[in-house]
Amino acid sequence: MRDVAIIGVSQTKFGELWDKSFRDMITEAGMGAIQDANIEGAELEAMYVGNMSAGLFVQQEHIAALIADHAGLTPIPCARIEAACASGGLALRNGIMAVASGYHDIVISAGVEKMTDVVDPTPMIASASDQEWEAKQGVTFPSLYAMMARRHMYEYGTTREQLATFSVINHANASKNPRAQFPMEITVEQVLNSTMVADPLRLLDCSPVSDGAAAVILCPAEDARKYTDTPIYVKASAQASGTIALHDRKSLTTIDATVNAARTAYNMAKMEPKDIGAVEVHDCFSINGLLAVEDLGFVEKGKGGVAIEEGMTQIDGEIPVNPSGGLKARGHPLGATGIAQTAEIVWQLRGEAGKRQIDGLEIGMTHNIGGTGGTAAVHIFSL
Amino acid sequence: MTETVRAWRHIPQRYNLIGSKCLQCGKVFFPKRILCPECRRKGKLEEINLSGKGKILTYSVIETPTDEFKDIAPYVVAIVELEEGAKVTTQIVDYDIEKIEIGKEVEMVFRKIREAGDDGVISYGFKFRIKD
Ligand SMILES: [Zn+2]
Repeated sequence: MRDVAIIGVSQTKFGELWDKSFRDMITEAGMGAIQDANIEGAELEAMYVGNMSAGLFVQQEHIAALIADHAGLTPIPCARIEAACASGGLALRNGIMAVASGYHDIVISAGVEKMTDVVDPTPMIASASDQEWEAKQGVTFPSLYAMMARRHMYEYGTTREQLATFSVINHANASKNPRAQFPMEITVEQVLNSTMVADPLRLLDCSPVSDGAAAVILCPAEDARKYTDTPIYVKASAQASGTIALHDRKSLTTIDATVNAARTAYNMAKMEPKDIGAVEVHDCFSINGLLAVEDLGFVEKGKGGVAIEEGMTQIDGEIPVNPSGGLKARGHPLGATGIAQTAEIVWQLRGEAGKRQIDGLEIGMTHNIGGTGGTAAVHIFSL
Repeated sequence: MTETVRAWRHIPQRYNLIGSKCLQCGKVFFPKRILCPECRRKGKLEEINLSGKGKILTYSVIETPTDEFKDIAPYVVAIVELEEGAKVTTQIVDYDIEKIEIGKEVEMVFRKIREAGDDGVISYGFKFRIKD
């Protein structure tokens, strides 16, 4: 297997992009990444696109061909990868495997979701859970995470304020991110007084409905310096599966897929949690950000709330979490998220993150979850 | 039409809480499975009638529902661990909100789950209530 490097990244602004279509957004992100990598589109050999639900959101399947066509990339092979909200992370992983195996040299991995063309996106989001035995019973997607939150509070004494602090830190970081959907600061009180969605989770615990796209360009590590002075190397690409239904988990306060993917990633990179300088975690809800801090091994199980409260995950803390603003405040266009997380870590490693730059970062991680933990992808990158 | 068939297919399980038990490892599953994920080919699954008694592992009060369930909001959902060991996601009904807490004993009741949708079928199935 060959080592793989990232030579270009791009992300559209995330938000309610009324004036942009599905195909416009992915083409914009792809062109941005190609330009960032200093290559010609004709040099690309394959494309992988993460997308959760174009069929339900914009009634379009067969999007791989549509994107290749509109991006002027025909006849290269293009494949859509779907794993709910982890679709982007898996598109990245498939691109990495294609380059590592020697099957292709220069590959683009991208992600896109257009969520605001439907009036009510909640049924589409719910299809990431077990449609038959969760959604049809009347649970909503936020209520599944709310049940994890309640159980975590019960087992470990985690407080509402600690969960709220996770959102507050995300927004503080997003206020310095020009591509973020909600670049404004919020307070713990605002979170605690926001609309109740599914007790104990409130509106400001939840990631928003977003449109957006992102893309990265991959090549063999040995060729990377032909294109850029700051290649970013892929040290680990790991993925794990878990049960689709939350009720089938051994524990309601641990996401096994995260634990398993993280273990594989640390082994691959020959690293430990203390080697990681910053991480973009999948905080679709504040509780999932907290669980990730624990399940990725940064603190012991049950200590996530206290760690967040004490500032460990702030941008100047021991392990900065979500310098981009995370899913909560950067935005969460489902299929694009895993790629946007990667773009953020690449900018941070290159020293191009502007006002939210983490000083002297050498190693960064991304953590991307599908559904309530049926899929997890964990990647480690270095300078 | 296909939605009608889909609803019909699960009627025995939804009406009577029929699950599977693996004769090899003893694990109980709900809904029914045709393969034990622990034992795989070495496992042997048979149907089991679940008692419908269990306790609340966790719950949430849904105040912002989907359109389909907006008429009953706010309502309580929970993950219930049945006495046979399988866990189910369910609504809790006939409740006094003060009495809902983790660990509470609950029992299955038979109720309407949803009004008629596009398929014209009203679906019924299990919900749970606090045991007196
Ligand atoms: Zn078995």
